[in-house]
Amino acid sequence: MEQQITRKAYIEELAKIQEKVVEMGIAAETACKNAIEALLNFDKNLAAEVMKNDDIIDDLLIDIEDSCILLIAKQQPIAHDLRVITTAFKISTDLERIGDHAFDIAKITCNSKKAFDFDETSIKKLSDCAVNMINMSTTAYKNADVNMAEKVCIEDDTADSLFAKTLTQIAAFNENKGISELSFISRYLERIGDHATNIAEWVIYLETAERIRKTNRLSD
Amino acid sequence: MQYKMQTKNLNLHYGNKQALYNISLDVPTNKVVALIGPSGCGKSTFLKTLNRMNDLVENVHIDGDIFLDGSDIYAPDTDIVHLRKRVGMVFQRPNPFPMSIYENIAYGPRIHGISNKKQLDEIVEKSLRNAALWDEVKDRLNDSAMGMSGGQQQRLCIARVLAVEPEVILMDEPCSALDPISTMKIEELVTVLKEKYTIVMVTHNMQQAARVSDYTAFFLNGKLIEHDITDVIFTNPSNKETEDYISGRFG
Ligand SMILES: Nc1ncnc2c1ncn2[C@@H]1O[C@H](COP(=O)(O)OP(=O)(O)OP(=O)(O)O)[C@@H](O)[C@H]1O
Ligand SMILES: [Mg+2]
Repeated sequence: MEQQITRKAYIEELAKIQEKVVEMGIAAETACKNAIEALLNFDKNLAAEVMKNDDIIDDLLIDIEDSCILLIAKQQPIAHDLRVITTAFKISTDLERIGDHAFDIAKITCNSKKAFDFDETSIKKLSDCAVNMINMSTTAYKNADVNMAEKVCIEDDTADSLFAKTLTQIAAFNENKGISELSFISRYLERIGDHATNIAEWVIYLETAERIRKTNRLSD
Repeated sequence: MQYKMQTKNLNLHYGNKQALYNISLDVPTNKVVALIGPSGCGKSTFLKTLNRMNDLVENVHIDGDIFLDGSDIYAPDTDIVHLRKRVGMVFQRPNPFPMSIYENIAYGPRIHGISNKKQLDEIVEKSLRNAALWDEVKDRLNDSAMGMSGGQQQRLCIARVLAVEPEVILMDEPCSALDPISTMKIEELVTVLKEKYTIVMVTHNMQQAARVSDYTAFFLNGKLIEHDITDVIFTNPSNKETEDYISGRFG
């Protein structure tokens, strides 16, 4: 007997949720990239744009949450379908936090009277690492790529050590000027890496149903 | 919003027992309306008033109005055969006629005056296709319908209704005798059919109402307690009894 597709609308809804998460991932990554670019070039217009675009990310979050709630209420999702919904909830929350940190970084640029005078190398390295982690984790999500997700988890250690180095460098170079702002920015970048790592862990859960804990990460 | 059917202050008595109280319900065109509620609350009674199946019951007394495309179906000049062609019904248990698959479908169109073999062939194929059954039965159209599975029989009954080109399809627990996969097939079918038809469906399965309907009406003791967009009913119903019922706290 031939197979007939059932629950077409439901399957489409699930796919739509995943598309929205990917869209949110791209928006969060762009926000981070632009926030750092605005900082390094002291481009207040770009920083203002990042702050304004945070609304788009927040709206996507609500949209994803509402879609997930409706599917839970109406469709009794199970197995992989259920993980699509629970991970969409969790990942979108992490992406929203990433967006908030980009907003925070942009706000520091906006509020600053003049460009920060500092050695950019380590913050640049740290931000490249964080942006790359967002990119990898959302790509892993999009392509159901567990290997790539595992790489993100390992990369988190790199982000942590870059963060430590950046703090030392800022302290050594800047003495008092802008030290707290730059430290905050480094901290935000390090947190962005943590959120990207969470996302990667959710990707692994989505595809394998395995829970990865921070304490027994792959690198340990 | 366009309404295919509307009831206004509908009351129904079986003898001196009142079964429906003041039901005012709008059925939007090309939508699926699910009727839910505990056993005996009046869902089937209400459904049957929509194509006057209750006329067959003795001692039934109905007052209030029921409109199909704005005209009263209880008006004295209503042609009941024509009404039941426009408002078809699928029952809880598949009830194919004890004849061939082909004849089951051709029966209705014949009654409505179609005798041309080629035309009937076309109707049979089209109806079976629209009921998602064609591929399963096309090689045995002359076999008895009684030899089909329950799920196939139910889709045959849907095809039989489609064959007379109705505008509204009433379904009374169409999946209650079916296994989960046949149930999903019927549900999928309903979501496709609503593009052309307006559907009112009684179901005991809350999840089914949630999955397939656009609007949900909750009945309790012959009264319409709440009627709203299905998304709202299943996430934030305004009535406590509705919430208790759909979350399985009584019924
Ligand atoms: N032909 C009839 N004669 C007398 N009373 C009837 C008749 N049909 C239904 N009733 C009564 O009307 C009330 C509503 O019945 P109805 O069949 O509409 O309920 P229902 O909601 O469809 O229940 P179920 O979910 O069990 O099918 C019940 O109290 C029932 O006993
Ligand atoms: Mg009934």
